[in-house]
Amino acid sequence: MSIAARFSLAYPAFTLDVNLQLPAQGITALFGPSGSGKTTLLRCIAGLEKVGNGHLIVNGECWQSGNFFLPVHRRALGYVFQEASLFPHLTVQGNLDYGAVRSRRHKTTKAPPADQRNIVELLGIGHLLQRKPERLSGGERQRVAIARALLAAPKLLLMDEPLAALDFERKREILPYLERLRDELDIPILYVSHAFDEVSRLANHLVLMSTGQAIASGSLSELTARLDLPLTQYPDAGVVIDATVGAYDPEYHLTRLDFPGGCVYAGLHEMPLGHRARILIHASDVSIALSEAVNSSIVNRLPAQIEAFAATHHPAHLLVRLNIGDAPDNPPPSTSVIARITRRSRDQLRLHQGQRVWVQIKTVALVE
Amino acid sequence: MSIKPKLAKLWIAAALLPGAGMVQADAVSVAVAANFSVPMKKISTEFEKTSGHKVALSFGSTGKFYAQVKAGAPFEVLLAADDETPGKMEQEGLAVKDSRFTYAIGKLALWSAKEAVVDSNGDILKRGDFEHLAVANPRLAPYGAAGVQALQALGVYDAIAPKLVQGENIAQTYQFIATGNALLGFVALSQVIGEDGKAKSGSAWIVPQKYYTPIRQDAVLLDKGRDKTAAVELLKFLKTPYAARIIQSYGYGLPK
Amino acid sequence: MLSPDDWSAIRLTLKLAGLTTALLLLIGTPIAWWLARTDSILKRPIGAIVTLPMVLPPTVLGFYLLVAMGPQGPVGRLTQALGIGLLPFTFAGLVIASILYSLPFAVQPIQQAFEAMGERPLEVAATLRASPLDAFFTVALPLARPGLITAAVMSFAHTIGEFGVVLMIGGNIPDKTRVVSVQIYDHVEALEFTQGHWLSGGLLVFSFCVLLVLYHFNPVTSRKAAS
Repeated sequence: MSIAARFSLAYPAFTLDVNLQLPAQGITALFGPSGSGKTTLLRCIAGLEKVGNGHLIVNGECWQSGNFFLPVHRRALGYVFQEASLFPHLTVQGNLDYGAVRSRRHKTTKAPPADQRNIVELLGIGHLLQRKPERLSGGERQRVAIARALLAAPKLLLMDEPLAALDFERKREILPYLERLRDELDIPILYVSHAFDEVSRLANHLVLMSTGQAIASGSLSELTARLDLPLTQYPDAGVVIDATVGAYDPEYHLTRLDFPGGCVYAGLHEMPLGHRARILIHASDVSIALSEAVNSSIVNRLPAQIEAFAATHHPAHLLVRLNIGDAPDNPPPSTSVIARITRRSRDQLRLHQGQRVWVQIKTVALVE
Repeated sequence: MSIKPKLAKLWIAAALLPGAGMVQADAVSVAVAANFSVPMKKISTEFEKTSGHKVALSFGSTGKFYAQVKAGAPFEVLLAADDETPGKMEQEGLAVKDSRFTYAIGKLALWSAKEAVVDSNGDILKRGDFEHLAVANPRLAPYGAAGVQALQALGVYDAIAPKLVQGENIAQTYQFIATGNALLGFVALSQVIGEDGKAKSGSAWIVPQKYYTPIRQDAVLLDKGRDKTAAVELLKFLKTPYAARIIQSYGYGLPK
Repeated sequence: MLSPDDWSAIRLTLKLAGLTTALLLLIGTPIAWWLARTDSILKRPIGAIVTLPMVLPPTVLGFYLLVAMGPQGPVGRLTQALGIGLLPFTFAGLVIASILYSLPFAVQPIQQAFEAMGERPLEVAATLRASPLDAFFTVALPLARPGLITAAVMSFAHTIGEFGVVLMIGGNIPDKTRVVSVQIYDHVEALEFTQGHWLSGGLLVFSFCVLLVLYHFNPVTSRKAAS
């Protein structure tokens, strides 16, 4: 089960050239700066942009190949636009029914009818059903738009920066709903965004877009730990690690989060053991010591091996990728973090590739 | 507009008229019934040449001219398509008393743009084998009223009434027939007459005078032209043999 | 006051305007749809042709219609060949002429409404399984409602006020082609000013009401279609 997409188009001012295999589950984020082609790619997948010579297979169903082009309305997809784009002449209920009724009628989209009550509840819009869109807040509109897309019983949900038009508060209002979608619905989601905080919180899989090309595609933890990608150049760059809750110390209110090769402690609210927790370790919060600094207040001190160095935009700084663990040449699965240090520190400590060191992690951010 | 060209014109006019130092070249504004437009253009050209006056012609329906004059339109002479309107204007003081005279007697023609449709006796009216017969609105146009009279006199009005299509004036009636939308219709002889006194094209029957009241077209000096030499002279010019010849050549009769 | 002839002219005028409006909405909507969405090089020429009756003197349109629908004209030949006969001096002919004459007044507001709504609502509809035809009826038309109302009101009013074209091809036949504007003209020409006043005044009040209705709906037109 997967999505295979191959598109290339060349406008005078813009080119798109991608060939992607995407997982057919969880949220795949198409991430990149504006103008990188992520929205165009999404529209190509939806069929809203008709590109000759494209090739698109979704869960074994051919949507486009050679001269064949399945019209948008025959594709079992849901699409959430940046602006909610609700039909102003229909009530919320009318908007929800629009796709629901038609997806039931169509034979080509044989998905089982979506459970309206469940979805309405999931998005918390039960009290809005009789309203007209003009009487909804921005966040409510977007939630209705998401519900509307889901009620069309999609086998693939496409979301084009659904939070970009919303202010910070509205974003915070909707993000939990999106997480619930990811966790409770069995629909793959392609999620376009240029906001790293959204992506780090939501995505399982990441496609990095730049000037019309997919420069990398992989799991979030894998890509955020790579030094050769523009991700590391963001000021708040860091590595995303999917950890599980290993223990809880009620006396100090510290949670132990386990991941391959090690564990960290974080002061979090109590969570059940075995719960999945996604953490983000910013490169600026990671420092390197040649030996374990037992007389330091920093709780998280982990043995690691230096894998690589990379320059940053600033000449004073360097990025160091470190593989956590104390076995020589840690066998996979293992976990890497990135540290941002000064060039001077590297020279003074004579840091070099393959060296065994200690990493000290000042802050562990829980991203969900 | 500056005053200079006007002065220049006056000077030229004065120079062109030997021994007429006291005569002033003048402009006269004339309202002309549409059916008389072509002969009037000829007549006024000649008049301008011999008198040195300028003539400004406006063509239209007599009813409209009446309404416009009543509303203060600056016409000085009216050449009407009937005798009623000028008479009425005299009574209402819109025209100068006793200035009225018949300048032409309109003749009615039954005309078709097609050859051999209208016969020389108008028998086609009795046969009635056509879809539409065009006639000017009898309430508004004397030629329309005359056409209806002719149909009544021939005893075919009731049979033909459903086939009548009305033009608002005889110009429009002519259009209906010329484009073939109406096979035939009543027009002014002046509209269709050629050099030889017969129809220029198609086929026509000059309706004998006994079938309709003569269409007396009267001219009148309007109140605004009361003291205008050019206006008075133009009316006089209409009675000259020269003008009479032109009027007749267009198929109009003259009062005896 | 009003004579039976006047009333018959009023009835005929309303019938003509009503029929013309209904047909114009049927004909104008697809034209407006095409004009609003096409990238064809024909867009501008067709748009110009549709707009022509707005700038042409009605007499020009009427004259060409008279010639075209006449026995020698292309339309006239066609209608004769089809056994319909000639169109001038018939009610059907007036309806056709009125449709041409008011076409821009119907097409333009609808076209503007379609253009204002943009591509997005139709894209949304497509992603919700609506076929293009389905989306046209369930999304595009409802969203273009203010434009459609404007088009209907304008077409109706414009047809009521039509004079030059009717004059050219009507033939002033009672119950068939003698509409109010012609009747007014005849009254005034025949110096029947009283009756002219009654009809003219009626037309004036009617036109005022039409504009009132139009202004009532106009705020809706300016409101953004998508929320």
